[in-house]
Amino acid sequence: MPEDRAELLDVRGLTKVFGTLKACDNVDLRIGKGEIHALLGENGAGKSTLVKMLFGSLEPNGGEIRWKGKPVRIGSPNAARKLGIGMVFQHFSLFEALTAAENIALSLDDDTPINTIAAKAKALSYSYGLPLDPYSLVGDLSVGERQRIEIIRCLLQTPELIILDEPTSVLTPQEADKLFATLERLRAEGKSILYISHRLEEVKRMCDAATVMRHGRVVDHCDPRKETAASLARMMVGNEVHAVVRTPFEGMAEAPVLLEVRDLSRPPATPFSIPLRHVRLDVRGGEVIGIAGVAGNGQGELFEAISGEVLQGDPGAIRIGGADCGRLKISARRMLGAAFVPEERLGHGAAPRMTLSENLLLTRHATDARAYVGAFGVIVTGALQSAAQRIIRTMDVRKSAVDPEAASLSGGNLQKFIVGRELDRQPRVLVVNQPTWGVDAGAAARIRQALIELARAGSAVLVISQDLDELFEISDRIAVMHNGELSEPIPAAEATLERIGLLMGGAEPGHVDHSAETA
Amino acid sequence: MFDAIIITIATAATPILIAAIGELVVERSGVLNLGVEGMMIMGAVTGFGVALTTGSPWLGFLAAAVVGALFSLLFGFLTLTLVTNQVATGLALTLLGLGVSGMIGEAFIGQPGVKMGNISIPLLSDLPFVGKLLFGQDPIFYLSILLTLAVAWFLFRTRAGLTLRSVGDNHASAHALGIDVIGIRYMAVTFGGACAGVAGGYLSLVYTPQWIENMTAGRGWIALALVVFASWRPWRVLAGAYLFGAVSIGQLHAQALGVGVPSQLLSALPYLATVVVLVLISRNRRLTMINTPASLGRAFVPDR
Repeated sequence: MPEDRAELLDVRGLTKVFGTLKACDNVDLRIGKGEIHALLGENGAGKSTLVKMLFGSLEPNGGEIRWKGKPVRIGSPNAARKLGIGMVFQHFSLFEALTAAENIALSLDDDTPINTIAAKAKALSYSYGLPLDPYSLVGDLSVGERQRIEIIRCLLQTPELIILDEPTSVLTPQEADKLFATLERLRAEGKSILYISHRLEEVKRMCDAATVMRHGRVVDHCDPRKETAASLARMMVGNEVHAVVRTPFEGMAEAPVLLEVRDLSRPPATPFSIPLRHVRLDVRGGEVIGIAGVAGNGQGELFEAISGEVLQGDPGAIRIGGADCGRLKISARRMLGAAFVPEERLGHGAAPRMTLSENLLLTRHATDARAYVGAFGVIVTGALQSAAQRIIRTMDVRKSAVDPEAASLSGGNLQKFIVGRELDRQPRVLVVNQPTWGVDAGAAARIRQALIELARAGSAVLVISQDLDELFEISDRIAVMHNGELSEPIPAAEATLERIGLLMGGAEPGHVDHSAETA
Repeated sequence: MFDAIIITIATAATPILIAAIGELVVERSGVLNLGVEGMMIMGAVTGFGVALTTGSPWLGFLAAAVVGALFSLLFGFLTLTLVTNQVATGLALTLLGLGVSGMIGEAFIGQPGVKMGNISIPLLSDLPFVGKLLFGQDPIFYLSILLTLAVAWFLFRTRAGLTLRSVGDNHASAHALGIDVIGIRYMAVTFGGACAGVAGGYLSLVYTPQWIENMTAGRGWIALALVVFASWRPWRVLAGAYLFGAVSIGQLHAQALGVGVPSQLLSALPYLATVVVLVLISRNRRLTMINTPASLGRAFVPDR
């Protein structure tokens, strides 16, 4: 780190303990003036805990924060704002039922009239190239537009240090470029930025310095411009991550279509949600199709329709293995050989307070009734236990007891179990929503490899994900969901980041170069 | 005759309006207090007792407000500080209020009460039709209209009101911005309790100046329903309360005239009519969504 720069923030030995878990253990962090400083680490490494302490929403158990050379105590977000620290949250702290201007007003202490705030916010937003209508209702805005409100809200307080928590995880590549331009301009104005991310390429591209965290500790300080993506990844994970191997998919033309979606439409479930508009999709046995898209463009609605959580009027809208099942319930669809992994692990994918073997029975009570349920509905404990242990072994699920409660597992390990539970059945059709969200790199690689292997064994695999890198890694074809419409799937060889990004941002869907599509 | 009917309608509507406006503020902050009935009946018995002892209906109303607020603070302590279930706690509060009021009020049964008189503005109150209605009512009637006006203005025109609505919309975000979620909810709950107390006092000091056990007769529940069906908007609460008042007075007259409908059915009419009309006007789902406090009834525990 260059010594000539004036130090703005100096954190020494900061510690935060939750129960027995040391979320932050003796953390040091130094940020200079006019510097974009990256905070790197996997999910659960303690990055969010650290910045919450810097922004005053968590109280540290030990250590010291120095601001411009003087020790300070940051007791609340208001205190942080007074010092000149602003924050753009990862899970936005916005109020859906209020307008953009009202949202901004809530974080300002003074009693400036809403109309004045609206005018100021509008002027500022245009000057930074992030146009914003201050009177629009947040509930009606896209994720990218919501982020603009957060950024503008933060800038209006004229902060000297801006904390951005995973800002690009919800943006299209083009929106992200725009954000980077804004950040460079802020740096040029002498503001400092703490940039939290696990995307190494953008860190290498923009940041002047980096602090890497693992398991609550700082493991390294470095200059990301002098590192490679691989060396940064090694610092984050602690060891080499095995690359996912995708063997080419042979014989696509002859492979049978196992999952068909035909002209599927759904009205919006709530005034703020997205309808599905004439979605069509064929997934053939043997291939992995990825669905990309910015969060909240109808992916969740599509998953519910395919899995049978919401039924369709038209039986032919969804066909699994050639059978009409638009009006069939979840268990009936599973009986046809389909399996589903929803987005939310706890509460949706698994019952938190039940054991893993009980959770196994909950999803497979219909399909494996003969194996696990005996006469008069009595559970065959032995068979169930051995199946659960088999899944735990195959997926390398790390746990503290023989058959622990689902909630006691870490996110990554529970996800491995939930995916493994479906893979264990060798389903003909597998639909997964966000397979590796919040999962550490090692577990993610394992899950991705398992999905590819299932496809190559002849099953149809559909993966919905916000993580573009993941989709490029595992998909044979990629389709993009935008505003409830699904584009034609693009073969992986022709799909570039730019092309997918444009579709995610709403460029005309369905207009694919047809010369390459049907070989 | 016409004047008299209009005035009785206002008298029937006022307690429901006051209780509902208080509960509206509570629910806008994200707290569901089902104890309105219990707080009302406590206000009724306290108001009656204090007015009887001191001879002053004003002191009666003051005592009713204080007791309603104290009762709601008990609810606030349980649900906000100890994070108990709001629905169960609210129901318990209603049962507690009905029981305790019956015990306190035993000595008051059959005693003639103190009635708060109507004010009368010379000349103006002699105007035909509107005179008695606009210028010859009891003071609490004027208070209820002012209260509606003040609450509407507070919620939608002031920064403090915006903060209160934000807490009800998303308490996690509000906390992240440094807003004192629990403190604001305590204030809202206390305000709601004071309103419910005054509404109860109105029953035993104006509506029927005597103490009868269970004299609230479900008005607390109607106030709760009004808030929901009025999509948490003050002027719709006012309209709903007056509709309820009109139908209850109308059915009394119908009973007196001997209309050939069972009296039980007529007695149920105000409840039915209010709910039907408010369901019809809350059909606009988008508007309802925007006005519904999204955190309503959800417990909040800040992580520190």
